[in-house]
Amino acid sequence: MNETVLWEETIQPGASWSHVLKRGTALRVTDLEGGSNVGGIFYNFECPTERYNMPDTLKAQHIARLTKGFVLYSDMGRILLSITGDTAGWHDPIGGTSNREIVEAKYGPSTYQQDRNDCHKNGRDSFLVELGKWGLGPRDLVANVNLFSRVDVADDGTLSFVPGNSKAGDSIDLRAEMNVLVILTTCQHPLDPDPKYHPKPVQVSICRVAAPTADDPCRLSRPENGRGFTLTERYFL
Amino acid sequence: MSATMTSGKNLVGSKLRPEAAIYRHVINAGDPWIYEIKKGQCFRIVDLHGNQAVDTLFYNAHDYSDRYSAQDTIQQQRNIYLTTGTRLMSTAGTVLLTIIADTCGRHDTLGGACANESNMVRYAIEKRHMHACRSSFLKAVIDWDHGMSKRDITSNINFFMNVPVTPEGKLTFEDGISEPGKYVELRAETDVLALISNCPQLNNPCNAYNPTPVEVLIWAAEP
Repeated sequence: MNETVLWEETIQPGASWSHVLKRGTALRVTDLEGGSNVGGIFYNFECPTERYNMPDTLKAQHIARLTKGFVLYSDMGRILLSITGDTAGWHDPIGGTSNREIVEAKYGPSTYQQDRNDCHKNGRDSFLVELGKWGLGPRDLVANVNLFSRVDVADDGTLSFVPGNSKAGDSIDLRAEMNVLVILTTCQHPLDPDPKYHPKPVQVSICRVAAPTADDPCRLSRPENGRGFTLTERYFL
Repeated sequence: MSATMTSGKNLVGSKLRPEAAIYRHVINAGDPWIYEIKKGQCFRIVDLHGNQAVDTLFYNAHDYSDRYSAQDTIQQQRNIYLTTGTRLMSTAGTVLLTIIADTCGRHDTLGGACANESNMVRYAIEKRHMHACRSSFLKAVIDWDHGMSKRDITSNINFFMNVPVTPEGKLTFEDGISEPGKYVELRAETDVLALISNCPQLNNPCNAYNPTPVEVLIWAAEP
């Protein structure tokens, strides 16, 4: 992603963020301190009932992890975002997000009255508030991804969170294949065993990037993705 | 039989007799079904002919925006497979139903439902016309006529389907582990709306390339 940076900013720990990432631009998210988690859900901005679909993303590519060369599918057979760069190597698409009960049970009570802007945040409420700003609500809340986090699945199906998956400076590049409403939250991963509440900040950078070429690695990574790109390109014809 | 197919199962039979059910219905191959199940009622799905994927969604009957969440369910139980003892969680943290009996032993909630569009990606663009689960879901909620739409079609359960994940993070589709007569039984923990698509997929072995009927039964809540 050696293109012009249009703008960049820091998402504070435990915060939410949203932006319509335009086709022809890409979002780089950088883990500033190591061990961050960024929950993300994604929508076709022009028609938000078309949205990120976890099962379609996993089964089209036969994956239960996200990294460079894979893409994020909508429920309409189109590609919302391509992962064009990644130094962490594993991002979690299955672990979900936290809610108020989980955060209170793990980290104890916390209120704005007592803790001001350090009060504990949870993923579900953060997503809902950010979605609400775009006129969306609980019916639009779907399975999310967790950037920088890794959850392993054992043979018997048991989930285990892998601490230290991402180091300070690790980043992931998400290229928009349509105009994508990106909703992010920096709340901790729901399966993070750390008993302390300490979400981490990340940096987001928006760059202008070239359209995917005929030999684009994400397009060629699987025959399914070739068809996914064809269907996405047809959408703009 | 591989280790991934034998581990993690919690095989438990049910004492409930089909003759005592208050509701029985056969869902034909490829058809949808939508029905309210009241708190305390027991709900059984029977794989009549074996290896039939039953794509299923549940909603809080009093608030359809509070619905089954695959991620909350697997996160709460720290396991990707559904079997006896699994509590089906909603997006708002409600326990919708609990699996109380299971003679199959493993059910999937990561593979989702087939759609015209996902079939185009997975198999061929010319396969758009083939009958698919998410079309059945849509038809059912339109006929239900309570204001539901595609916004309400989210990541579902695939009863009787086997979709293992490897330690390397690969998602695989294994042969079905179900057989004729295997069933799963759930107790509704609150009033729920059940939405099923009896999967019509012919492009992969999830229905052994021959979709077949399944039966649903409901028993009254114990007094």
